[in-house]
Amino acid sequence: MNFRKVLKFPGVSRTLSVLTTLFGISVFVFLVLRVIPGDSITGAFGIETGALTPQQIAELRVYYGIDKSLFMQYISWMQSFLSGKFGFAYSTGVSVSTLTKSSLPVTIELAIIGTVLGVILGIAIGMFSAKKPGSTRDFAGQLFGLLALAIPGFVLSTGIVTIMANKFHYFPNGYEYMTPWENPWMNFQQMMFPGLVLGIAVAAPVMRTTRSALLETVDKDFVRTAHGKGVPNNKVQFRHILRNSLIPIVTMTGIQFGYLLGGAVIVEKIFALPGMGRQILDAIMKREYATVQSSIMIFAIMFVLINVATDIVYRKIDPRILK
Amino acid sequence: MRNKEEKAKGALHYYLQSTSGVVGAVLVLIMVIVAICSIFGFTPYDPVEQHIEDILQGPSAHFWFGTDEFGRDVFSRTLEGMRRSLTVSITAVSLAATLGVSFGILAGYVGKWFDQLVTRVSDVFFAFPAILLALAIVASLGNDWYDTALAIGVVYTPIFIRVARGPVLTVKEMDYIKISRVLGFSSFRILRKHIFPNVFAPIVVQVALSLSWAILTESGLSFLGLGTQPPTPSLGLMVSEAQPLAAFAWWTLVFPSLFITIVVVGLNLVGDGLRDALDPARRSS
Repeated sequence: MNFRKVLKFPGVSRTLSVLTTLFGISVFVFLVLRVIPGDSITGAFGIETGALTPQQIAELRVYYGIDKSLFMQYISWMQSFLSGKFGFAYSTGVSVSTLTKSSLPVTIELAIIGTVLGVILGIAIGMFSAKKPGSTRDFAGQLFGLLALAIPGFVLSTGIVTIMANKFHYFPNGYEYMTPWENPWMNFQQMMFPGLVLGIAVAAPVMRTTRSALLETVDKDFVRTAHGKGVPNNKVQFRHILRNSLIPIVTMTGIQFGYLLGGAVIVEKIFALPGMGRQILDAIMKREYATVQSSIMIFAIMFVLINVATDIVYRKIDPRILK
Repeated sequence: MRNKEEKAKGALHYYLQSTSGVVGAVLVLIMVIVAICSIFGFTPYDPVEQHIEDILQGPSAHFWFGTDEFGRDVFSRTLEGMRRSLTVSITAVSLAATLGVSFGILAGYVGKWFDQLVTRVSDVFFAFPAILLALAIVASLGNDWYDTALAIGVVYTPIFIRVARGPVLTVKEMDYIKISRVLGFSSFRILRKHIFPNVFAPIVVQVALSLSWAILTESGLSFLGLGTQPPTPSLGLMVSEAQPLAAFAWWTLVFPSLFITIVVVGLNLVGDGLRDALDPARRSS
């Protein structure tokens, strides 16, 4: 069997292209972080580095494997990454997989809450706006979209924290973080506001997409036919118009879910959530190559997988797409 | 020549008809003027000067936006911060647009392996959330304004590659390009005179939108402590410094936040206005 034929199997060429992308990402992440000046020994030992003899520094470099060539360092990072340990944090000696096991669920929960809130809010306001284009309510909807796009997440978060903590003396994130299994009610309270901040960021583009997709569909013949044959207006709104506008909305949501992961860095910091974003930020501050590298790599893998998932969802909602 | 003038007039004419475009242009213009004032030192006070007797004063005739915990004038600091944001964003977007458009047009026009390579590499860049990639690059480069600009520029380059490459692929197969080639025009001339004008409109729109994202990314980075370092003011840093103060000194939080929001709203509106003005299909009249 030749190579061309293998490529024709469903999913094979897709998988290959995903794999090359991931390979490219790994090389890129690796190279970018190697440019960091002060190396991780300085980072791990801080001012005490000065007390080390050159002999000791050299031994440490051998111990941590940063004396080898770039190529060998990449190989050993990949080995450790693929074995599921993702490397070790120099300063604490904890493996990145241990760190990630507790931080990844936090970020995923946050991203899901944000996406769900964002999609509900975005579609609702988009429908609200599209009902009467050019009216006051359309203007209000569009103003919301614009402001949600323009107010940075950190401003919104800082504002919410200030108001909640000082006016209402309510700040659940001041307590230690609780997983949904330990204390579901506490977890909900801690996730509510950061989820809302991310949700508003997602809602803006979803709202804009929904509005324009709906306005385009409303004029289609089948909508007129549905009205003509006496389908109740509500049913036309959801079954005919919304259903047929879903493709661009799903695309937008997929893209946004990825960006949410980025937004999580800022929101997690402000709301003191021990997620992936904070893990990366802390690691950058401490110059922990391995942690930054592997954490960013995990983010990127999720991002790529979400894009693939978006593609699969397309086909489910629109059987006309066959490729 | 005459025709060109009319065309330019036409675009401006259509732009001025869109309310959002005009409002956006006014907002952006105000912010640009404010930033220019700061370049020439037309701020009421030195942005890093500490007025020890006037710590945490509310807005007044002396200190329009109040003072912060070191008695520094929030108004002067906000202007200086806006200038930094705009400098970084404009540098970053110029870099991204120049690189992205050149690579995009070339990839689309040359095709074959070069196109494959460029698309693959930009796919890799697309696989990161923008702020995360910028974070990693800034962490490895440093905290100077040009480091931030470079990081944001690199992050946004693939967007311009994509925007430029698309139209080239469609246009390149059209008869007039084939004819130009038969007539013996050089590739450079074809690219410049026949292909570039077709890519121009989407790029201009993209520049406006990218500027707004760049401002958000820049302020996000400095908020996280990875951009401008204190005591130099930057809008993101000011918001971060205002966190513990906001409860009793709202002005330290509100004014820098307001400036970021206004400039981003303005740029988005300008983007919308440009899209409507430059796309004949969208023109209402």
